[in-house]
Amino acid sequence: MTQTIPISSEPPLAVEMRGIVKKFPGVLANDHVDFELRSGEIHALLGENGAGKSTLMNVLAGLYRQEAGVIKVKGKPVEFHSPRDAIKAGIGMIHQHFMLVPSQTVTENVLLGLDNPRFFMRLPQYDAKVTEVGERFGLKVDPRAKIWQLSVGEQQRVELLKMLYRGADVLIMDEPTAVLAPQEIEGLFEILRSMAAQGKSIIFISHKLQEVTAIADRVSVLRRGVATALGVPAKGVTRQELARLMVGRDVVFSLDKKPGNPGDVVLEVKDVYADNDKGLPALRGFSLNVRAGEIVGVAGVAGNGQSELAQVITCLRKCRKGQILLNGKDLSAQNALFGIQHGMAYIPEDRNRVGSAPNLSVTDNVIMKKYRQPPISRAGLLDMNAATKLANELKEAYEIIVPHVSTPVRLLSGGNLQRVILAREISGLPSFMVAVQPTRGLDVGAIEGVHRLLLAQREAGAAVLLISEELEELLSLSDRVYVIYEGKSMGEVKIGSAEPDESLIETIGLMMTGSPLEKIHKEGVGAHG
Amino acid sequence: MDLIIILQAGVATGTVLLFATIGEIFAERSGVLNLGVEGMMLIGAMTAFSVTIKTGNPWLGVFMAMLAAGLLSQAHAFITITLHADQVVSGLALTFLGAGISLVLGEGLSKAGTVSLLPNFSIPLLSQIPFIGPILFTKQSILVYFGYLLTPLAWYYINHTRPGLNLRSVGEYPAAADSLGINVFRLRYFYVFLGGLLVGLAGATISLAVSPGWFSELTTAGQGWIAVGLVIFAQWDPLRAMLGSYAFGALRRLILDIQGPTVLFGFDNPFYYNPYWGFFLQMLPYAFTVIVLVIGSREAMRKRLGAPAALGEPYIRGERGK
Repeated sequence: MTQTIPISSEPPLAVEMRGIVKKFPGVLANDHVDFELRSGEIHALLGENGAGKSTLMNVLAGLYRQEAGVIKVKGKPVEFHSPRDAIKAGIGMIHQHFMLVPSQTVTENVLLGLDNPRFFMRLPQYDAKVTEVGERFGLKVDPRAKIWQLSVGEQQRVELLKMLYRGADVLIMDEPTAVLAPQEIEGLFEILRSMAAQGKSIIFISHKLQEVTAIADRVSVLRRGVATALGVPAKGVTRQELARLMVGRDVVFSLDKKPGNPGDVVLEVKDVYADNDKGLPALRGFSLNVRAGEIVGVAGVAGNGQSELAQVITCLRKCRKGQILLNGKDLSAQNALFGIQHGMAYIPEDRNRVGSAPNLSVTDNVIMKKYRQPPISRAGLLDMNAATKLANELKEAYEIIVPHVSTPVRLLSGGNLQRVILAREISGLPSFMVAVQPTRGLDVGAIEGVHRLLLAQREAGAAVLLISEELEELLSLSDRVYVIYEGKSMGEVKIGSAEPDESLIETIGLMMTGSPLEKIHKEGVGAHG
Repeated sequence: MDLIIILQAGVATGTVLLFATIGEIFAERSGVLNLGVEGMMLIGAMTAFSVTIKTGNPWLGVFMAMLAAGLLSQAHAFITITLHADQVVSGLALTFLGAGISLVLGEGLSKAGTVSLLPNFSIPLLSQIPFIGPILFTKQSILVYFGYLLTPLAWYYINHTRPGLNLRSVGEYPAAADSLGINVFRLRYFYVFLGGLLVGLAGATISLAVSPGWFSELTTAGQGWIAVGLVIFAQWDPLRAMLGSYAFGALRRLILDIQGPTVLFGFDNPFYYNPYWGFFLQMLPYAFTVIVLVIGSREAMRKRLGAPAALGEPYIRGERGK
């Protein structure tokens, strides 16, 4: 099933990996994987979570050692014992979590771990050097700024700068767009194109198909540790083909979203203020409403108050001011049980610590909202036979793949665990549901399943609040989208049933970076740059 | 009561706190909280006095004191860095261990006689400067002068050198340092050891210079804990540590001196006529330490004060990011 394009002989390969094998206890993460990177190209490495793409790149970056296989850099075989060796060979990896010290300046971060200067850190002269390297590649960043003062996009530029300063020719970027707003993604793509034009080779790890077709010259695909495509030109391949290579079967992209038929307002959030865990304001006068039979999205860059909003609505966090009405009843002074008894379902962001009890069985996890009522509760005692029966029914209905319902849920994969949580929440026939990042970390097939279940809730007449950082997900599922920025609503956008156009995405992007909708309407899209 | 004498004595007594505080700053900047300062200081004071009595050489006493406290600190390093145990628990245990060892080995040492002390001398020219001269440069111990050198050097080292950058990175974000080839474990061991050396020096400063002799646990009388509080007060900065240490040294002397005269500023001295007020005054430095430690234990407050972000957290490889 491997598709290999014959490689023309002229330019030497920047990196060549042959027959890479890497095992972890119980998993064959890379099974004789080949990989080729040409000089000056942007090469996307595509695959689902757990397909082995990060493992393969960690081998290349010197973090892991392969059990078998060879790596050649510019035609010469190499052996890496640490990331330091890889950097010396010109290979630098930029991790999803930035490896930057927040309290130090850009220059200090760039110089960390180098041999020059040896002892005295006379920073001003190195500030100039850092600026110079940055300008060469279009990376504008103030060398004297402390990292904590920088936006996420700027921090990413510092990471790139760090590798370029070390003379890296091959840059591995692990899911670089996951943390960025749409405008920042476009900025990153421009930087990557300019670096490639100057001869740098870039490996772009992703599981987002639309990004791959937008940025990459060639694509390689991994599935379950095996390469299913090797260096296919990105121009000549469709999203459907790529998805099939990733998942191993056809994936339906267009969801069957019927025209909405919104009813009465089910949830109303009125001018709510709340603090985060550190006691700092997280929500500052946020309002929204959700009607029966519609999905309302909340878009925003991570950390703008989304988690706190979900917690306030589900009574897991106190609000300082404001009102939350569920079917007209005020929730703001209630506890989570009140919400559960009034038909609220909650798909939390953190599946392992909030959504489930990892050491308890599938059965225990699915009855968590029902154990007070018959048939599970009989005269104040748990009827485990009834519980097991229910769990087995849900296992069938929601296609939970598990040998036995007494299995602890910590042994389940992300997608399966999410199905357990969905089974528990949806089987209670909720009138209102909050879903926070319901597809984070799931593979393409599992995402499709979660989306179908959410749409089914909408058709059944439930009100659904979908809080997500995936703009594409919000646009394809929601009837309306609110944008949250620093705890405030930047406005509300209606989503038609047709494919969302560019200007709508751009508008939402601007709102995500702090421009209120009225201001955008007044100034017009594009005036912002 | 003479202001110059109080300040002069303050600088001398404050030197004990200064060494201990700077030592603890090094350890904490690398991410390791060592609450065993009091225990290490007792070991240092006992060893210095004991070795000097036996050999007659106070320099050998200082050296052995530093080595003893440094070695003791490595128990804490092993437990917290290699075994990833809780730093607070291990540090408290270290205090008990250090105090216990020094009390047993120091049994009878208080009646062992007098020792030759480290030299005191004045610095020509500098001691002639009005006000500053008599306070800082007249008849001070050689260790006091060493404190003047150590503080700016420590500050410069931490903030403006490559090893200082590595030290700060390891205490702020060890995963980032590790990803660039810096050996987090080795550096943490080293700075806990360096911290131990300086705390041992603080102990030797007590028993061989500031208040010579061995008075079992009263030798240090909780100064190790004050140093732990001063680290927070100084916001992990050696220069502020110097200011705080001397201020506390002067305060100790002031509390003693203020109970002497019968008349204070033209009034009957309340501290002379009410001895209980004196106990209250003597309590103040410890009350301050308790308050600073309580404030400093709040995470939000620690962040605002500029504590090393990874302070108290063991570094486990593979748990990258987060």
